[in-house]
Amino acid sequence: MRHASLALIVTASSLALGGATTAFAQDTAALGAIPHAAATPTAADDELEARTTAVASTLRCPVCQGESIQDSPAELAQQMRAVVRDRLRAGESPDEIKAYFVSRYGEWILLEPAMSGLNIALYVLPVLLMVGGLAFVAYLVRRWTTPEAGIQ
Amino acid sequence: MNWGRATVAVLTAVPVIALFAFGFTRDPGEIPSPLPGNPAPDFSLAVFAPGEGTLSRSVGDSIRLRDLAGKVVVVNFWASWCVACRDEHVALSETAREYADRPTQFIGVLYNDRQNLGLRWIEGMGGQSYPSVTDRGSLTAIDFGLYGVPETFIVDPAGRIAYKHLGPISARVLRSKIDSLLPAAMPTGMTPRDSAP
Repeated sequence: MRHASLALIVTASSLALGGATTAFAQDTAALGAIPHAAATPTAADDELEARTTAVASTLRCPVCQGESIQDSPAELAQQMRAVVRDRLRAGESPDEIKAYFVSRYGEWILLEPAMSGLNIALYVLPVLLMVGGLAFVAYLVRRWTTPEAGIQ
Repeated sequence: MNWGRATVAVLTAVPVIALFAFGFTRDPGEIPSPLPGNPAPDFSLAVFAPGEGTLSRSVGDSIRLRDLAGKVVVVNFWASWCVACRDEHVALSETAREYADRPTQFIGVLYNDRQNLGLRWIEGMGGQSYPSVTDRGSLTAIDFGLYGVPETFIVDPAGRIAYKHLGPISARVLRSKIDSLLPAAMPTGMTPRDSAP
């Protein structure tokens, strides 16, 4: 889940950044000829690339084992990454793009399953087992270190 | 023997073993598709291999899935570098010919391959009765949730994906699926009298 929230933060901040750059570009354009305005497309490209990376990192490559389409050099993975980029450019949100891939490949395509239905067990069970295990160990340690009533 | 401790051990071990036992029966390469039962993604792709006789389409023509409403459409993703595609080629080509006078349309979609290699492959395989199209950037392949070739999708006359087949498909499977989807539900080679009770 941490990855997902990180991706969200990255996306949100890049979105904010993108908004700021666009606003800046509009301001400068309104002010008249300022050479910096010409450099904004590259900034927008970088920003689009960063958002593409954020989304592509959450999608599983169908022809690999446990790799994201961001990390895989496979042709299909790169083509899927291009789809992510094109859809972002067309104004779709990361969630809409993920929903598109889920509608084609199923939940399987998400490297981190959505936190709903039975999937909640995936997030809750490890924590429960961890807490339960620690409690059990604590109980055993206390029993071992406390002298038995009979001996006293 | 401490029965309490033994019970705890068994209660812990059994679910874990059961989970692994279940896990080992599953193929991690097999991705469940959400597509069957849903409307097929529309596409409009250009023909690069025309096909033969009455089934042929001019090179450069676009085949649009939406225009094929009312027909059973067999969409087969293939590539010249795909070894398993050789196994199903005859079955597809023959079945397409067999169903030529029924409302069906077979389409080959070339996947991550070069057109000239595809054409050479078709020639080497002794021809392909139905047309094949190219899919630039694999946009249609991704739309169909493809993860390998060959994969075959059978679209019903209402435009829904009725069936998805992984790996080489046989003539028997093709026939049974197509027959079950054709409006008259009458297999080829049968006269109307044969199908009467």
